[in-house]
Amino acid sequence: MSHIPLHKAKRGSVLRIEGIPEGKSRALLLRLGILKGEVVRCLERLPGGTIVLEKNRQEIAVGFALASTILVAVIPDGHAGTQRKKADVA
Amino acid sequence: MSHSHTPLPHTHFEKHKHAGMTLTAEDLLRTQVALVGNPNVGKSLLFNYLSGLYVDVSNYPGTTVEISKGRYNDIEVYDTPGVYGISSFTDEENVTRDMVLRSDVVLNVVDAVHLERDLFLTQQLVDMGKRVAVILNFMDEVRQRGLEIDIKLLSSVLGVPVFTTTAVTREGFERMPEAIRDARRGNQDSDLHHRLHAMLSVAGSEAEALLILEGDEEIAAQHGVQPGAEREEMYVERRNRVNLIINAVLSERGIQRRLSTLLGRWAVNPWTGVPILLGALYLVYLFVGTVIAQDLVDYLETNLGNALWEPWIRGLVSHSISVDSWLGTILIGEFGVLTMTVTYLLFLLLPLVIAFYLSLAIMEDSGYLPRLATLVDRSLNRIGLNGSAVIPLILGFGCVTMATITTRLLGSEREKRITTAILQFAIPCSAQLAVIAAMLAGAGFSAMLIFAGTIFTVFVIVGTILHRTLPGKTSALLIDLPAMRMPRMDNVLRKTAFRTYFFMKEATPWFFAGALGVGIMQVTGLLAMWQEILSPFTTHWLQLPREAATAFVMGMVRRDFGAAGLYDLSLTPDQIVVSLVTITLFVPCIASLMVMLKERGAKEAMIVWFGTWVGAFLVGGILSQILI
Repeated sequence: MSHIPLHKAKRGSVLRIEGIPEGKSRALLLRLGILKGEVVRCLERLPGGTIVLEKNRQEIAVGFALASTILVAVIPDGHAGTQRKKADVA
Repeated sequence: MSHSHTPLPHTHFEKHKHAGMTLTAEDLLRTQVALVGNPNVGKSLLFNYLSGLYVDVSNYPGTTVEISKGRYNDIEVYDTPGVYGISSFTDEENVTRDMVLRSDVVLNVVDAVHLERDLFLTQQLVDMGKRVAVILNFMDEVRQRGLEIDIKLLSSVLGVPVFTTTAVTREGFERMPEAIRDARRGNQDSDLHHRLHAMLSVAGSEAEALLILEGDEEIAAQHGVQPGAEREEMYVERRNRVNLIINAVLSERGIQRRLSTLLGRWAVNPWTGVPILLGALYLVYLFVGTVIAQDLVDYLETNLGNALWEPWIRGLVSHSISVDSWLGTILIGEFGVLTMTVTYLLFLLLPLVIAFYLSLAIMEDSGYLPRLATLVDRSLNRIGLNGSAVIPLILGFGCVTMATITTRLLGSEREKRITTAILQFAIPCSAQLAVIAAMLAGAGFSAMLIFAGTIFTVFVIVGTILHRTLPGKTSALLIDLPAMRMPRMDNVLRKTAFRTYFFMKEATPWFFAGALGVGIMQVTGLLAMWQEILSPFTTHWLQLPREAATAFVMGMVRRDFGAAGLYDLSLTPDQIVVSLVTITLFVPCIASLMVMLKERGAKEAMIVWFGTWVGAFLVGGILSQILI
């Protein structure tokens, strides 16, 4: 599955975190529970790329500059999504 | 309520250094309890419950972070700034870290609706080997949202007692003494426990040992050791452990969409968020702009200030000092320290500041403010700021001095610098806005558009120039959006009272110093000289009547004085726009300047201050050449 930077995520999409930048923001993200392998939902994508993520019942706003350094993979939504994927392969 | 700067021992380490020599029997009896938790989890409500009315609020030594200290029987209770973990990324975190290190018992307040987020801190406190009791707050919301938490299991997994409370009804608050008594060390991972123990001889305590392992440079330096490089592994491990705990103790009985959740989502969606913002601003404007700024302030200033206080103090002082003497002019003259300054502080500034802090506290406690910061984040990025800067910028429309103090909460020096400059250049404060609105109303709609357009353009230009020229990068927004909640009025009022008190305490001396300065300028003839020097600019470049120069001099003292000085002149609509643009962009009031000197240093403050001279006359002049 190809990876995209978080700021390009679509509203409502389910994402798996694939890469987190080094540095101070890494520790801050870790504490908020955003680490590699976690699954989150993109609740909102504001024009310009500010992202609001939902993880369980928690909502986190990530500014464009940070979002553009976080890599995510889009997980096809729900059962229907998976079937379509299979159909594509077939 | 008593307020004082209580000197606090700086760290646990220091406390231990003095142990045995200076600790009295009384000190030993007094257990120190720290309330610790993520932001907006209701810590302050529990603190208020425990401490009652007698609270000391002070700035933590060497910082601008507020901490509150109260007494519950023989126990000293501390409220700490909300943090997501114990480390030293910000001033707030440093303070909370130190408070945790020196406390005997930690009451960890947890938002039960957001266990995933909050338990990271809980587990870290447990790992630190502190005596901990967990308080699960907002249990009412847990039920409403169809969540179920296995309290017994949570308590046994963590190894510490868990209590439940509901902030709205104060249900469970009565068990807090029990929580303090029962607090105990929780379950550390056994590997971790051994590693911490091996470090005890160097680190002094398990808590400090853990922070050193997690790479806390300050604590490591205090003990003369190298900070560890394992923060990331330890954080990931802790995160995973928390996730396991969550899976075990939390179950969901179907998701219910609540109105507050929806409202929270609407607030960050541009289509609905902008109307919500406009609505919120309109409400604030109705409350602060009309009810307080116009009706109440008018009444207080005229009837109490000008009609009662000033004649009374003038009468009193003139017994011993003549009104016409130089000392009389300084004390009870037009810009008198005892006349104008007192009226201004008590009857204009105080009501406005209370009203603004009240609005801010409501927006904050309802969870709206972080959503607003998110909504405007990208727009503020263009001028080198992130969403959090919206708070000082909004406050600026109330009082630029108050807003300048608030820039402290911004993440970097660069952002503080840009925000301060924008505030001082382009944001008219409420005192001035009232006069501006009255004059613009007479000049017509197009005048209003030209005025607003020009000021906004300057706002963008100043921000853009600074963003492009200042070195460094703007920190990106990363904030947790707490659930939208009905704010608790008692907490809102308490917050407002504390902030108002601190603002007045900090700003009042500068208002007096400023008035004194202008009074001296007046008696030495310097004020008249300024007017003389300015007049060619006024008549030729700005094409205004000669007397308008007086307004610019008065504008240095109080911004609304400047605008009010224009009110009496007979001006054409174009001249009104030019003069108002100039006076708005002109230097901030004397108190703002003083606060800016203190916050930003002499060099930067002077650059901004003189910059506003150039900016105001440049923009005003250009506008004048185009319009008139």
